[in-house]
Amino acid sequence: MAEYLTIIIVAALINNVVLIQFLGICSFLGVSREMKPAASLGGAVIFVITISSAVASLLYDFVLVPLGLEYMKTIVFILVIAALVQIVEMFLKKTSPALYKALGIYLPLITTNCAVLGVALTNVQDEYNFGQSVMAGFGTAVGYTIAIVLLAGIRGRIDERDLPGPVKGAPVVLLCAALMSIAFMGFGGLSFG
Amino acid sequence: MKQMNPYVERIYNGIVKENPVLVLMLGMCPTLAVTTSAINGLGMGVSTIVVLIASNVIISALRKVIPDEVRLPSYIVIVATLVTVVELLIEAYLPSLYAALGIYIPLIVVNCIILGRAEAYANKNTPGLALMDGIGMGVGFTIALVILGLIREFLGAGTAFGAQILPSGMEPMGIFIKAPGAFMVMAFMVMVMNALGMVTRANDMVESGCDGACAACAMSTNCGTKKEAAPDEQIKAEPAAAKAAAPAGKEGQANG
Repeated sequence: MAEYLTIIIVAALINNVVLIQFLGICSFLGVSREMKPAASLGGAVIFVITISSAVASLLYDFVLVPLGLEYMKTIVFILVIAALVQIVEMFLKKTSPALYKALGIYLPLITTNCAVLGVALTNVQDEYNFGQSVMAGFGTAVGYTIAIVLLAGIRGRIDERDLPGPVKGAPVVLLCAALMSIAFMGFGGLSFG
Repeated sequence: MKQMNPYVERIYNGIVKENPVLVLMLGMCPTLAVTTSAINGLGMGVSTIVVLIASNVIISALRKVIPDEVRLPSYIVIVATLVTVVELLIEAYLPSLYAALGIYIPLIVVNCIILGRAEAYANKNTPGLALMDGIGMGVGFTIALVILGLIREFLGAGTAFGAQILPSGMEPMGIFIKAPGAFMVMAFMVMVMNALGMVTRANDMVESGCDGACAACAMSTNCGTKKEAAPDEQIKAEPAAAKAAAPAGKEGQANG
């Protein structure tokens, strides 16, 4: 149990997927303008990354490795993720319209979010087993959600400020991301004995 | 420019007019992640050029064969195959670069530039033009990566392409080759471009959110181009645009 907790904390805070590893930057910058969409996207990302890292881990361990096809992992993972997102979307639409309404529009967009493929590949690289992969996926997605919700909060304040012309728009958002990144680097000092 | 040879025009377009990183703001993840040094930026750029050129030519050659309904999965399979080839080649011949770029090599698959060019250009034009488009876009991407890598390497390590520039007594600012430095240098580059009045899609992307997914963003035709054409209108219609952009991306995905 402690091992899983460590994996989650490392994935969510120390190796934050957006601020330290630069995966999923597009949606991080693009959807962080308001709090509600940012939080919904975060929820959808947690959902998709957790499921996809579970499926990717099972496929890798029980299909690719026995067949000696490890080098096919990139192709297999991206197709599986794309198919999986479609299935999850259809499933949610049928079974839970409320959840679908909240996360629905974000699900298809996540397919091409590099964080999803990135987590699946990192899990393989770190030689995580099934349980560890699921925890790492969940932790990474929680880290993504923390980052995007924090940025959305900061941007809500920035919008009210009078900034010099050239700084408006992208530069000030990128500078906030830089400061958040410095803050998250502080988590690097955490150690687990 | 009017008389420019269409092949030459493609190269100019990719490097200057529609530079994928500096103007279109595509492929931000590898741009920020691997530019800790100029060499890494160059390595990433060249790998992307190879994949981009090959995918552009293949997709253009197959544009009448691939049915419209399954084009996105087909493109993804083609690109993923090419990326796997490049990854194995780098692993075999350039192990140090392989170690430096790590997971970002397989992630070329989800680089928005590649699927974006396939959807926006290669599937509508001849292989010759698609080849030039791939070269132009790829070189434009590489130039941007090398510039970013040079700035970060100089500030963060005092070197350029590995050669010592700063006198050894001077302490370089290490933060620039760490994660925050990437955001900072990019912020200042966009700031300078804003101050010089250059057209960039950076602010649009941050304001409207396009749709939050790189490739889908490059694919939805009403995203980049329309907003560039009418920036003033876009600012007024921001919240509406953010809402409208998301279903647009969804539609693109549903087609696949």
